[in-house]
Amino acid sequence: MAKYWNPEAECMSREQMHSLQSERLCSKIKEVYDSVPYYREKMDQAGVKPEDIRSVDDLHLLPFTSKQDLREAYPYGLFARPNKDIVEIHATSGTTGKQIVAGYTKNDLAIWGEVMARTLTAAGGDENSVVQSSYGYGLFTGGLGAHYGAQTMGAMALPTSSGNTERQIRLMHDMGTTILCCTPSYALYIGETIRDMGLDINEFQLEAGVFGAEPWTVEMQHEIERLLNIRTVDVYGLTEIIGPGVAFSCDQECGIHINEDHFIPEIIDPETGEVLPDGTLGELVFTCVTKEGMPMMRYRTRDITSITHEACACGRTLARMKKIQGRSDDMMIIRGVNVFPSQVESALLDITDVAPHYMLIVDREGTRDTLEVQVEMTEQFFSDEVKQLEKLEKEIFEKLKSALGLATKIKLVEPKSISRSEGKAVRVIDKRKK
Amino acid sequence: MMLVKQISVFVENARGKLSKVTEILAKNGINIRALSIADTTDFGILRLIVQDPDKALAVLKENEITVKSTDVIVVEIDDKPSGLNSALVLLRDAGVAVEYMYAFVSKRENEAYVILKSDNAEQAVKALTEGGVRVVPSKEVYEL
Repeated sequence: MAKYWNPEAECMSREQMHSLQSERLCSKIKEVYDSVPYYREKMDQAGVKPEDIRSVDDLHLLPFTSKQDLREAYPYGLFARPNKDIVEIHATSGTTGKQIVAGYTKNDLAIWGEVMARTLTAAGGDENSVVQSSYGYGLFTGGLGAHYGAQTMGAMALPTSSGNTERQIRLMHDMGTTILCCTPSYALYIGETIRDMGLDINEFQLEAGVFGAEPWTVEMQHEIERLLNIRTVDVYGLTEIIGPGVAFSCDQECGIHINEDHFIPEIIDPETGEVLPDGTLGELVFTCVTKEGMPMMRYRTRDITSITHEACACGRTLARMKKIQGRSDDMMIIRGVNVFPSQVESALLDITDVAPHYMLIVDREGTRDTLEVQVEMTEQFFSDEVKQLEKLEKEIFEKLKSALGLATKIKLVEPKSISRSEGKAVRVIDKRKK
Repeated sequence: MMLVKQISVFVENARGKLSKVTEILAKNGINIRALSIADTTDFGILRLIVQDPDKALAVLKENEITVKSTDVIVVEIDDKPSGLNSALVLLRDAGVAVEYMYAFVSKRENEAYVILKSDNAEQAVKALTEGGVRVVPSKEVYEL
């Protein structure tokens, strides 16, 4: 069993990595300065010229980019290649018109296949594997990311996508799936459904799982490992950078290896923007040095973690990050979908004209994340008839479903029952175990 | 004036929410003549007929309770089999729909009152009156 997909890249010395990153960074900066007016303006404003970047040590001189930049430059403003070179588009979940799109060239898809092949190999995969991708296929990067990785590795891809769980399980059994890729909560659900169907997990060929796209606890990881009798790999990624495969865990359970020959990580203080040393918690920032379609420069992920550059017992020298510890903004990930309280607010505004007081309660029922939206009743919407209030609930439900892409539970509550805070309003109570 | 002001109150379906409303009414000396609750899993609508609806409305609003006044009609029927049926048949034949209703018994013997919310109050009053069913004037209802 191959231990690494690409040992040259995954196990190179720190000196080699430094010079590779420096070389790639310098040429990528020149390229984006010339081809992306949005970046050129940002760099000019910051007083940085491409020739100021002489090695990866100069990375901190570059301005940050954020979700806001992607929204302002929507749809094509941050693309570094003409549309004729772009062969695929993906997008993040988000309010219509405010979603973030990413364009991939043929070479970008090859990079994506490469980093996912590294991930699947770390899960024990090779060309004999049957890789079932039970992430959603479509604009979401999960389904196709795992798919490309499986094909790059030479394995058999089984693109079941998510949903229709019993059929998935029958295929998993009959085709002899060895590696399952999906969100951790869906993995738990699959495991429970196998049990409910009265099937014995030992009659399956399943060996490993590659799970990500939403936060999961170590307890949950162990629960999945026990339920499915497999070992698990934690895969990290985001659409803006490439999708899943930005980083992956090894069998040492000591962090998540970042594919830093493609995506250079930094940890910054989210308040000051100052770069923080290894081992310090801060916001994770990525610079794409090989991507062509949409190479992000110092992109602020808003994910809070810390990194270390010490070599790992698994033999990889790639920098490692901790599991995501939190967010530096108020984004929540619910059933793999990114949700901002502001999206809920603007959807409610569409119905009520006046911003109502609301509270989001995130919880987990069994394996399923739930989102309850409590909305304070106002005189304007109150009726003496139950059917009118139920109609209002239904209207809010539908509006949120189309805005968030997520079914929520709507609860109308009495005025003033949602606590008012002096400073920033607390809009979210997350009861899920961290 | 045949239309009676009913006070509707939004109450969350949780412990202590109902008594919060009745406490405010009690403190302000407002007597409840009749009531009903429509309940769902999460919330209920408390519907009240009180002696002084305007005052009730004001004091509840002062206490930041979601409250609304709705016009309903009160029908006096004989406290015997078919009493209610004859009134409903009149409404059905007049094409008036009943949204909800609830009843209370009079202090006087042999009489009961039914509170009706219909989709067309004016037409309901007309149909009932012409059919010989007594619609109780609002003033009389508040003093019951």
